[in-house]
Amino acid sequence: MKEFAILLEKLALTPSRNRKIALISDYMAVTPDPDRGLALAILTNNMTFTHIKSGKLKDIAKNHVDEFLFKLSYNYVGDTAETIALIWPYYEEGYDLPPLHRIVEEFENTPKSDIPKMIENYLTIATPNERWAMIKIATGGLRIGVSERLAKTALAKFGNKDLQEIEEIWHGLKPPYLSLFDWIEGKGPKPHVKFSDVFHPLMLSTPIDEEKDFEKLDIADFQVEWKWDGIRVQLVMDGDKRALFSRTGDDISAAFPDITQNVNGSAVLDGELLVGKDFMPDSFNHLQQRLNRKTVTQKQMSSHPAYICVYDMLFDNGEDIRNLPLIQRRKRLEEWFDKNPQTRLTLSEILESSTWDSVTSTRQKGADDHGHEGVMIKRKESVYVPGRPRGEWFKWKRNPFFVDAVMMYGQRGHGKRSSYYSDYTFGVWDGNNIVPIGKAYSGFTDEELVLLDKFVRNNTVSRFGPVREVKKELVLEIAFDSMQESTRHKSGIALRFPRIHRIRWDKPVQEVQSLSEIRREFLI
Amino acid sequence: MVPRETAIITHGHADHARFGHQKVIATPETIAIMKARYGDNCAQEFRPLPLRQTMRMGEIDITLYPAGHVLGSAQVLLNDGQTRIVVTGDYKRGKDSTCADYEIVPCDILVTEATFGLPVFQHPDPRVEIQKLLQSVNNNPDRAHLIGAYALGKGQRVIKLLRESGYDKTIYLHGAQRKLCDLYQAHGIDLGVLENVGNRKKSDFAGEIIVAPPSAIKDRWSRRFPDPVIAMASGWMQVKQRARQKGVELPLIISDHCDWNELLQTIQDTGAKTIWVTHGREDALVHYCQTHLGLEAEPLSIQGLGEGEDE
Ligand SMILES: [Zn+2]
Ligand SMILES: [Zn+2]
Repeated sequence: MKEFAILLEKLALTPSRNRKIALISDYMAVTPDPDRGLALAILTNNMTFTHIKSGKLKDIAKNHVDEFLFKLSYNYVGDTAETIALIWPYYEEGYDLPPLHRIVEEFENTPKSDIPKMIENYLTIATPNERWAMIKIATGGLRIGVSERLAKTALAKFGNKDLQEIEEIWHGLKPPYLSLFDWIEGKGPKPHVKFSDVFHPLMLSTPIDEEKDFEKLDIADFQVEWKWDGIRVQLVMDGDKRALFSRTGDDISAAFPDITQNVNGSAVLDGELLVGKDFMPDSFNHLQQRLNRKTVTQKQMSSHPAYICVYDMLFDNGEDIRNLPLIQRRKRLEEWFDKNPQTRLTLSEILESSTWDSVTSTRQKGADDHGHEGVMIKRKESVYVPGRPRGEWFKWKRNPFFVDAVMMYGQRGHGKRSSYYSDYTFGVWDGNNIVPIGKAYSGFTDEELVLLDKFVRNNTVSRFGPVREVKKELVLEIAFDSMQESTRHKSGIALRFPRIHRIRWDKPVQEVQSLSEIRREFLI
Repeated sequence: MVPRETAIITHGHADHARFGHQKVIATPETIAIMKARYGDNCAQEFRPLPLRQTMRMGEIDITLYPAGHVLGSAQVLLNDGQTRIVVTGDYKRGKDSTCADYEIVPCDILVTEATFGLPVFQHPDPRVEIQKLLQSVNNNPDRAHLIGAYALGKGQRVIKLLRESGYDKTIYLHGAQRKLCDLYQAHGIDLGVLENVGNRKKSDFAGEIIVAPPSAIKDRWSRRFPDPVIAMASGWMQVKQRARQKGVELPLIISDHCDWNELLQTIQDTGAKTIWVTHGREDALVHYCQTHLGLEAEPLSIQGLGEGEDE
């Protein structure tokens, strides 16, 4: 546990991604099983102790510390785990914390009534940093700037394996990943995982470069489909066993029983999750509402039924067909559809694409008439490889819309950008007030970031933690893909993919449009 | 802080010593520091008052006692024959070989600072922190170590602690650290070989230690060093969130102020029955004095002080 606490602190304080990877990989090399596997589970957020709650830990601390002083301290520190770690009044020197697996075992098996006593004992023999690490582990959500992908990248580096290979079996394995480490260290075979037990990492596209790519690419080599404004999903079916995964591999089956209960056959399919009747998609917001629910009501399922527009097939029954070219996978997919009639799955249409000009007009027409996000341009010979291989699949988004808005708040960024105010909330006039319509943290150059950061610092009117409210004086030209109704924002609208297109240092805020004006102009 | 006719200055930090008073009473060291920082004419008249010597002002005897904060730092005892009031200025209880040790001054009313007046502040032994630094230097021979430290006090203390741990290589200085390091050396505090960063090649700084003001460590200036480990020596570094916010990779919890327990210890050691708390987290310390120590306590807001940084 001692070493893992040190690792967590270093990870929290090291800004460089490569150095974080090296830290984790070095830790794997010197730490025995099962501790390193448990550490991996913790770093990838695959280990939670549901019966230990942050509020409970606060109560434990408050039993030993003046409540008023605890409150003042918490207000200053801003993090429960760290407040408890620093304020804990007892320390008995000379004890070593038990190894990580013993702590995990205790966290898992200690009956609820004995938890306070166990935690108190550990707090008393641990250093402040070890206390912090322990509380973070117990309550989950490390927030140390380590993503699941980064942890797996470190594992790949440690074992000198390809990240893809690890991704491929990852979702079929469980902590403490003994067979995984055996394989990585050459002491055992690659763990076998059945196709329907896991999520298979997705193949992703790159944006097309209008100036360079069209000249180089021959349209005859490509297949063109709509780019849908939904959620990329993977549907895994094996007889009665069905699971729906998001693009990051989260199992979202529970929110969409209308899909999992109404499909049949055996396959792994790649497609776009949408809601709407008769395969006519409703706006993204309706989908978002269903996605945010843990469970779904009958009413929602009938007003906004879910379906998948399928565009690729990874496994045909048990057969892995990812090494076949796209054009053959498509043929297998069509045949599979013929054999397995579906009510919640539809095949993605292949669009006419004899010349780049015709693709250009299709893309424009799709955006104007149906609100499509653009088109996908996929190489017919492309095999299905996880990640983002260059030159295989392109997305060509429709042209963005633009709106002028006033900067309202700046928030500190993360990682490399943590010393900058790099996330900006912006708004438009509503009567005499400015109401927020969105938030953007991209679209500007490094030089512009320096200027925006400076503007935030020099024009702060109040602060809330990492957020500064600024004088309503700077106009930002925001590019976005679409505007939709939303009940989640006070303004009643939500922008898709907003980014800062230009900084209008010259433009007076009075000239920014009003909420009602932009609603009229852009709402779909 | 407005200029006064007569000002007693506890120590040379910018939030305690300002330009433009008519007459300044302070230890000779503090006067030297003020002159070095603000020029020989930063006050019209200087009245050096060495430690433990008494000077009469009207009905009141004034005596300065060491505060253990930085070179020249002093507490002020005001005594009218009936009531003894001690104003601590900034102070600490831990060992610091760059200045005289804090001394307990019994009194009736204690006016104490409270920069780290929250129970989350429990400063570790600074020697352990220096070991952390040396270990990091050892583990990263290709990288420079850039330590943010205030130019008065903290910079010299970090250097001295390094020397006391046996580090005898040249330590490099940001230009802004130079003047006060020289002044400390002239006062007999041996800081070893110090050199300005100057125009050396980037690669020359691999494995070296550079001391700079906190404002410089994340600045453009820091790009002249090879992949620097950004360190910062400050009591605030106890809070990881704060270190992360400031982009500090190696926090060194080295403070020139009392931590929470030292504040409580001092309050009890002086025997004061009335405590006025200022300069920091007044609310927590006042609350503790009232409810746990049964003392009279209140916050004292002092003009012109901003958020209590280390200075
Ligand atoms: Zn001060
Ligand atoms: Zn000071």
